[in-house]
Amino acid sequence: MASDVTTPMLSEAIRDKIRAFIPRYPNKRAVTLPALHIVHEYFRCVPYQAMAEIAEILEITPAEVHDTMSFYGFFPQAPIGDVRVWICRSLSCMITGGDEMLEHACKKLGVRSGQTTPDGKLTVEFAECLGICDFAPAALADDGRIFGPLTPEKVDAMIEELKKDKDPVDPTHGLGSSAGPATPSRPEG
Amino acid sequence: MPAFEPVLTRNFAVPDSQTLRAYESRGGYQASRKAITEMDPDKVVQIVKDSELRGRGGAGFPCGLKWSFLPKDRQETFMCVNGDESEPATFNNRLLIERDPHQFIEGILISCFATKAATAYVYLRFEYIHAFRIMERAIAEAREAGHLGKNIYGSGFDLEIYCHRGAGAYICGEETGLIESLEGKRGWPRIKPPFPAIEGAFRKPTVVNNVETLACVPHIIERGADWFKSIGTPKSYGPKLYCVSGHVNKQVCVELPLGVTTRELIEDHAGGVWKGRKVKATVPGGISMGVMSADEMDVKLDFEDIKKTGCLGLGTAAVTVMDDQTSMVDYLYNTSRFFAHESCGQCTPCREGTGWMYKIFKRIKAGGGRLEDLDVLTMMANNMGLTPGTTICGLADGAAWPVKNVLAKFRPELEEYIKKNQSSKPLVTPLQKAIAAGTVAEPVALGGRVYPAPQPALRSPGGS
Ligand SMILES: Cc1cc2nc3c(=O)[nH]c(=O)nc-3n(C[C@H](O)[C@H](O)[C@H](O)COP(=O)(O)O)c2cc1C
Ligand code: SF4
Ligand code: FES
Repeated sequence: MASDVTTPMLSEAIRDKIRAFIPRYPNKRAVTLPALHIVHEYFRCVPYQAMAEIAEILEITPAEVHDTMSFYGFFPQAPIGDVRVWICRSLSCMITGGDEMLEHACKKLGVRSGQTTPDGKLTVEFAECLGICDFAPAALADDGRIFGPLTPEKVDAMIEELKKDKDPVDPTHGLGSSAGPATPSRPEG
Repeated sequence: MPAFEPVLTRNFAVPDSQTLRAYESRGGYQASRKAITEMDPDKVVQIVKDSELRGRGGAGFPCGLKWSFLPKDRQETFMCVNGDESEPATFNNRLLIERDPHQFIEGILISCFATKAATAYVYLRFEYIHAFRIMERAIAEAREAGHLGKNIYGSGFDLEIYCHRGAGAYICGEETGLIESLEGKRGWPRIKPPFPAIEGAFRKPTVVNNVETLACVPHIIERGADWFKSIGTPKSYGPKLYCVSGHVNKQVCVELPLGVTTRELIEDHAGGVWKGRKVKATVPGGISMGVMSADEMDVKLDFEDIKKTGCLGLGTAAVTVMDDQTSMVDYLYNTSRFFAHESCGQCTPCREGTGWMYKIFKRIKAGGGRLEDLDVLTMMANNMGLTPGTTICGLADGAAWPVKNVLAKFRPELEEYIKKNQSSKPLVTPLQKAIAAGTVAEPVALGGRVYPAPQPALRSPGGS
């Protein structure tokens, strides 16, 4: 687990990306969360060695990075799938069928919530309110695609779509028609 | 009352509403220019104080008053914008950022000028992925156009705005939890006092405000405090984004003057209850606020009236509608599961209280309830939170309120459920099952959000 001096895990490019955040904050420790996100985005997990190397860059102890990391149930230690999808189980989604949608997705994929499909393509997780309750029961992929209101058929279609490919960063920032099957609802005035 | 003209959402339907060009063509950044070049910071604080703008993040604290708590002799101030928005059923901040990011940036700009903050952190929950991309682009655009950066409008005032992304923890929406998380620590709320205005982020005076609160500020500067006070009820002023979700035909977010009723929201804006059913209960402002019965649908959703129903407050004004086929046991099972999952674990009454509430509701739901449970639950609910003074933050109150409200308003239903749903088989816990089978118990099955043991790496890290 100790960081191996000869083969650093984080490349110079990743280190630069982390260092670029340092001027934003009065102290380096504040870069912990951005650094964890950068590492997580690249490796799809945050292994111990990466934590030690983040600590080195930020001049704090590895334990401090681990302390912060472990508080958020967000950073896994082994790689998750190419796409991570959260299915909401909070109130507005649950009463419209969220729990059943999660169960359906898990059954369909043969995994339990929190696990990755054997082909490494998709990780399914439950989540508390995703802030997209206007799509309830809703799901969110970690590339920003929103799915909902879900039905068992739509869950199947969602899985198909998510397994195909990662969404390239959408030039319309999710506001155009390419935002996935759902177009954000317009509030009325 | 004259027809209400939308304020915060007025640009939402404009094509490319998230661009600077569209925003400026609609009169954007006039208010910030006016404030920064023609007023001094104290004048801006005074106008916001006069408008009696109350925080939209949940607590409803008067915004101008909060700003005036900052020490006069401070050297440095930080602005933290609370975009963590994790209260179940709430999504108005997301729309405000995605549809009109420049209105929000203008609000930050004026508020930072008023509070003399040179750095603003927008704490954005990770799940707001589009909102984050849109914000980053809008900040870059605004900086290029001279609305941000050094010496804004030649006034000598500097401001940088940075987005700081969360990592899926509800408690980081609590203002001091947010500050701790921003500092790179676990999001544990701090004991107050000192309040953030005195000692907040990086131990400096800090203002924490909600996205919607700040989005109101440019309009107040532009049209004056009296205009703002002319909207709403005699005591709660201004426009508000109401979210409606759950058992309605159309789940929406609408902007209305403060003080509409749940009935108006459901019937006039959300297309009525789905499947032609009736309302059984509604959650008035995010699940922390408790629950209202169908008889209370004509109560105004504002800062005052809602308290008459025994609810905690207006919260985020996010309404969840439950139809007449919803079981209150399911509702409580859901809310207790949420709070047990999100409690940060610092205070014993909250950590243990939310955990045990969840276990009890799970047992009742599964057919193992006892009538005495209801008294135990009442006692627990009465003893956790800021109201009895046993915890550090308000999460525990949020966990207690649904239980208190249901026991006050729907107790007969729970009693009937317990009596009718008694499973004849003794209930076996997942742990007992595992022991009997001689296998290792799965932490996931035991209740908490524990990740299953990591699988071996599918590809070598880094070789994407
Ligand atoms: C458990 C808990 C969660 C909270 N979550 C949020 C949140 O997600 N967004 C928010 O704006 N305020 C949230 N608040 C309220 C903040 O603590 C704070 O009052 C608010 O951000 C102040 O801004 P305002 O005065 O503009 O409303 C939360 C409070 C508690 C106790
Ligand atoms: S009340 Fe609960 S969430 Fe708040 S600080 Fe205490 S343990 Fe944490
Ligand atoms: S309750 Fe499911 S997204 Fe909000």
